[in-house]
Amino acid sequence: MYFVTPRQLIFPGDVIATADKKVEGPVYLDNGRYRSLVVGLVEFREDSVVIVPLEGTYRPKKGDVVVGYVTDVLATGWEVDVRSFMPAYLPVSEALHKHVDLETTPLTTFLNVGDVIVAKVKDVDLTDEYPIVLTLREEKVGKVESGTVVDIAPVKIPRVIGKKGTMLNTLLELGCDIVVGQNGRIWIKCGDPRDEVFLASLIRKIELESHVMGLTDRVKSEIEKYKESKQK
Amino acid sequence: MKKPPVPLLQNGVRADGRLPDQMREVKISVGVVSNADGSAMVSYGATTAVAAVYGPREMHPRHLSLPDRGVMRVRYHMAPFSTKDERKSPTPSRREIEISKVLREALEPAVLLEQYPRSRIDVFIEIIQADGSTRVASLTAASLALADAGIYMRDLVVGVSVGLVDGVVVLDLNGLEDNYGEGDLPVGYMPNLKRFVLLQLDGAWKREVFLQALNLAVKGAEYVYQIARDALKNKYMSIAEEIYGR
Amino acid sequence: MASVSPYARRFISYLRREQIKRLAASKNRVDGRALDQTREIEIKTGVVKTADGSAEVKLGKTHVIAGVKVGLGQPFPDAPDEGVLVVSAEVLPHASPYTEVGPPDESAIELARVVDRGIRHCGYVDFKKLAVEGGKAYVLWVDLYIINDDGNLVDAANLASVAALKNTQLPAVVKDESGAVKLDRNNKSPLPLETSKVPVAVSVGKIANVLFLDPNFEEELSLDGRVTFTISEDRIVAAQKTLGYFTQPELEAALDLAIKGRDRYLEALKSILGSS
Repeated sequence: MYFVTPRQLIFPGDVIATADKKVEGPVYLDNGRYRSLVVGLVEFREDSVVIVPLEGTYRPKKGDVVVGYVTDVLATGWEVDVRSFMPAYLPVSEALHKHVDLETTPLTTFLNVGDVIVAKVKDVDLTDEYPIVLTLREEKVGKVESGTVVDIAPVKIPRVIGKKGTMLNTLLELGCDIVVGQNGRIWIKCGDPRDEVFLASLIRKIELESHVMGLTDRVKSEIEKYKESKQK
Repeated sequence: MKKPPVPLLQNGVRADGRLPDQMREVKISVGVVSNADGSAMVSYGATTAVAAVYGPREMHPRHLSLPDRGVMRVRYHMAPFSTKDERKSPTPSRREIEISKVLREALEPAVLLEQYPRSRIDVFIEIIQADGSTRVASLTAASLALADAGIYMRDLVVGVSVGLVDGVVVLDLNGLEDNYGEGDLPVGYMPNLKRFVLLQLDGAWKREVFLQALNLAVKGAEYVYQIARDALKNKYMSIAEEIYGR
Repeated sequence: MASVSPYARRFISYLRREQIKRLAASKNRVDGRALDQTREIEIKTGVVKTADGSAEVKLGKTHVIAGVKVGLGQPFPDAPDEGVLVVSAEVLPHASPYTEVGPPDESAIELARVVDRGIRHCGYVDFKKLAVEGGKAYVLWVDLYIINDDGNLVDAANLASVAALKNTQLPAVVKDESGAVKLDRNNKSPLPLETSKVPVAVSVGKIANVLFLDPNFEEELSLDGRVTFTISEDRIVAAQKTLGYFTQPELEAALDLAIKGRDRYLEALKSILGSS
């Protein structure tokens, strides 16, 4: 039995469903009932109900793409800030494709403090000293050498992507590379550095005005205007 | 018993015009400190508390972190200008240290600290203006600020005080009733789970009075809880709309 | 300064904690006591000759000394015709491997304030008789020294305080040549007390939804909740939840259990307080 309706706003402690139902997201089971752990929205999917939190620091999930900053070089890997409650860990074995002799090669030759990486979350295990483990051994990830990073609230990331990717597709009309990190960091790179500044301001606008109706259309017209002004 | 400057209760009406089971005007707003991860301002009448939450974030120094759960730090503090009479020294008093502790222990049963190993959650509460019931207003503000920060909680925690005035159990003591009444019972309550997480008594009450006071506290907490929900709705309804449209 | 979740140095093995929980679920305890049974209580008074009043309490292996020093001072502005009570507590570095040297921490402050509130409102000490002419008042400094911490410091410290107050001799107030009041320690009389109103603090622990009296150190490390009721005659004069949570029926049951525990502690206080 469900105690919620689609798109309902719920709060910590609110009852969602009886234990026989499938409920995902930040919930807990108390006396045979699922209750919410957060301020969130109820989404009904095919065979389950999902609670989508509306606030909070980034909670990594396996498979997430994140944009991180290297904050420390350790004995066998790097510590990476991914805007979560703990720094993430990138082990050497997950960073390099070939074998390296750590006795003769300093790790700083590959990544150093201050470097920016696009990485995938390999594993999340709260009992580990580093609960979040990253990997670079995937497609379209690695050290970032140029471009710029825009920080927004992680919960606003769905708005930047938009329904079925509409907003992101609109932004891509500028012809720039965009990687949306689930941790609220967006890496952008354009051929013209002025475009980067414009795109960054657009993304911040989406964050600030995300409640405005028809935002996608407004962003579209801003891009048109910008393109016109450049041609002059 | 000290004699109050005005009668505390006359024909069943309190000095400020309230009935015994009536709260003062409750005002709650969420998200009042933009830099904080979560924040809330709560007023019970002239008592105003502002809570700001930072975290979960990395624990410094790191050796103070716990491997299996997060650490919570709670500070209750009164502004030097918040009291009626003399300036309150900004140095934390023994009272403030005790209240910081009982508030932390009232919030910890609600927060899933085991979800945040090796990190910390900071809860800062400042009393801007004091007119009785400051610690319970603080508790409501702190729990809303935690929810606003998106920290995993089993339930919200609502604080209310109950006192005894001329032998009558009353809800939400103001400063006058706190000073001249016959004791007070600050309570922290989880409205969904029906659990008491803060309980202190300072007075000399018979068993029946105590039990009666608990009942009134639950009633008061449920009333404040509805206003707290509305305050959260106020902030989050617009965010809900932006994700799904109207 | 903020209150921080305590560091887990107070260590108990998972195995031991689970054992304590399993035992509790079947209403048994690690040290074989019944749920409503306190540990052995030993109370001695007059153990420190330099103090105006003193007492030593052993509650099982928990060991507390209370010393009372009487001074002269200003009454509180809101009670100009009453004496003043100041309770402080110090958990000595001797008390356990987990105690650090330093000023009283939040636990010690809370301990002192809970004991203080219990004594203040119950009428045990007749504060009206402690006003002194010239706008001054007697100040009763009660200092609680925790020598060994084997759990349940509040109950032991409260017993030590009320016993030490019973043992307290009030120095007479005399005037010196200039007419200023001072204390004459060669001329003392018993502190005016109403012994029938003695406040008794009783802590109730909760593990696996089972309530019990007088948690020992190991049980304290396994608690889901703890609440202390201080009881004087038929009144609750102080209460403090110090850990976890309680439902309303649990609070009611805890209060009834505390009233039982009060009788046990009163029995132990009997020889100290006399028959009055």
